[in-house]
Amino acid sequence: MSEGLVVKTMEQYMAEGKQPEILFWVGSAGSYDDGAKKISRAFARILNKANVEFAVLGAEESNTGDVAKRAGNEFLFQMQAMMNIEVLNGYEIKRIVTCDPHSFNTLKNEYPRLGGNYDVVHHTEYIKELLDSGRLSVEGKTYKEKRITFHDPCYLGRANSVFDAPREVLKKTNASLLEMKRHRKTALCCGAGGSQMFKDPELGDMDINVMRTIDALETQPDIIATGCPYCNTMMTDGIKAHEKEESVTVLDVAELIANSL
Amino acid sequence: MSMISFIPNIIFAILLSVGIGYFIKNVKKLTRNIKLGRDVAVSDNKPQRWKNMARIALGQTKMVVRPIAGLMHIIVYVGFIIINIEVLEIVLDGLLGTHRLFAPLGAVYDFLIGSFEILAFLVIVAVVVFWVRRNVIRLQRFIKPEMEGWPKKDGNLILYIELVLMFLFLTMNAADFQLQQLNAEHYVKAGAFPISQFIVPLFEGMSIPQLVIVERTAWWMHILGILAFLNYLYYSKHLHILLAFPNTYYGKLVPQGKFNNVASVTKEVQLMMDPNADPFAASGEEEGEPEKFGASDVMDLNWVQLMNAYTCTECGRCTSECPANQTGKILSPRKIMMDTRDRLEEVGKNIEANNGEFKPDGKELLGDYITHEELWACTTCNACVQACPISIDPLSIIMEMRRYLVMEQSAAPMELNNMMSNIENNGAPWPYNQMDRLNWVNE
Repeated sequence: MSEGLVVKTMEQYMAEGKQPEILFWVGSAGSYDDGAKKISRAFARILNKANVEFAVLGAEESNTGDVAKRAGNEFLFQMQAMMNIEVLNGYEIKRIVTCDPHSFNTLKNEYPRLGGNYDVVHHTEYIKELLDSGRLSVEGKTYKEKRITFHDPCYLGRANSVFDAPREVLKKTNASLLEMKRHRKTALCCGAGGSQMFKDPELGDMDINVMRTIDALETQPDIIATGCPYCNTMMTDGIKAHEKEESVTVLDVAELIANSL
Repeated sequence: MSMISFIPNIIFAILLSVGIGYFIKNVKKLTRNIKLGRDVAVSDNKPQRWKNMARIALGQTKMVVRPIAGLMHIIVYVGFIIINIEVLEIVLDGLLGTHRLFAPLGAVYDFLIGSFEILAFLVIVAVVVFWVRRNVIRLQRFIKPEMEGWPKKDGNLILYIELVLMFLFLTMNAADFQLQQLNAEHYVKAGAFPISQFIVPLFEGMSIPQLVIVERTAWWMHILGILAFLNYLYYSKHLHILLAFPNTYYGKLVPQGKFNNVASVTKEVQLMMDPNADPFAASGEEEGEPEKFGASDVMDLNWVQLMNAYTCTECGRCTSECPANQTGKILSPRKIMMDTRDRLEEVGKNIEANNGEFKPDGKELLGDYITHEELWACTTCNACVQACPISIDPLSIIMEMRRYLVMEQSAAPMELNNMMSNIENNGAPWPYNQMDRLNWVNE
């Protein structure tokens, strides 16, 4: 364990006869995507720091089916959902935290009708909770002189009206927070949603992530903050397209906080 | 009183009934077409629905997101609603043969007529601004490809009609005011004319009979214009003035990110996952054709989606917020709505031509109107849904058609098919082993 992370599975909790406070739903991106794995580790570090008893499903977790659903494959979605619900209900999971707004949205909104009823929160909301309750404190030195702009993920912001939590949490970095012209409800999509992440875009005159990066660069940021592994990839690629990777970094809210502890 | 003097009343009553009768016929057509849609559960949470209607349609809260267009629209909207009080008087006068029936209201009447005039003037200003935005400034969203031809003409025609109606109203008042000042018979001294007083100088030197002709002509043309406009609605994007109300009432109440789960799929998946299920158990209740997944034509959509299509006033706010459209892709959420309406109209005409029964015409909404390329360009970001000032949901139609493409035709782009088979095989959109899900901890 390079960072000395303590991450236990539900199976281990069961063996110990204990129930964790929360289940950390890592999601497919958080498990396999190189950029997103860093977010998973950063969030686990935060949870360790705050002494949160959390569990992951590990090999028992499977894709939520969200991306299949947005692609139109309702069969595959419901199969995935029912399989996951069986596991989650088997472990009597009450509360789920995830770094992926797409998992967040589908677990929160689309699983209940299929028999999966959980209190689902996004990791930015959960970090805010930890900060508010005093379980987590942030030193806030690392980014003190930096300029940060937050890109609203569609499935967190517009789709579920979570706008304030990530911003409140980012305040703890003591950086200057800048808003893009289009933000909150009118934020432009990064281009990854609706299963676009997994296919080439249709013919056009620009890629959506490149356009969204222009919005971000207009604020002259040092850092573009995101709350979604897919947005993270898209914005990182956007920065490369604008040849700004030397001066601008893309980081998840969890990474920014983990680096500010 | 001789019969002759009743002739105008009779003519008026006939024209009014023809106008309203024809309108009712159109409303029936409209409801018949909307009812071609599938049923959908929208009878829940009535208090919230009423609140949404009051806030979004009546209160125009989403219009003012764009301040200039929003303010101008509110003027025209308030003008439309309030000036209708005057239309009530005009209709009663026409039927009863009276003149300015409400005049006994005295000061209140003066106030009413005065404010109608000011509103009429403001409406003229707003309509001119609208016209300039469409035709001189040529705002992006009004010159997109789907606006070519009839939609563009329709937009302008509505503005011309409104302009003419307002001028007729003011001309009528001006002539009336002049007649009042000349103590003409029947022209009771009533009303305030803050705007039309400036038209009066044009009538200087005209005799009473000449003025009566002007006043009567303007009066008749105004009310006939209104009746004609009422019947124009069905053929126009302007239906929104009526449908915005039910449309906001039946709008989506759940978070935008929550897409419906297809119930028929749930049944099948449950059957597949239950090891004890009898594979033949379901066949009993599902006699005949199995239910189609998703939508390839208008009849596969639900009736709220079809009402959405008739409600769309083609303002293009959805399209101008759409990330795909902004980056040059052919997807335009407005076009999705316009296509749905055009196809629905075509189906409606087909039904009329075939004694109330739809005869397959070898056409469908999918393919003949909306292309695969448009559907696959959507990021499901909900910007179009957010932008619509009257709760239209183009995304839900896109999703239904994607469902049809994937579940009925297996016609997803190849990369998506790969992604989906990865999920089926190893529970992730990439070809990684499910056993490696926890590797991130130690990397």
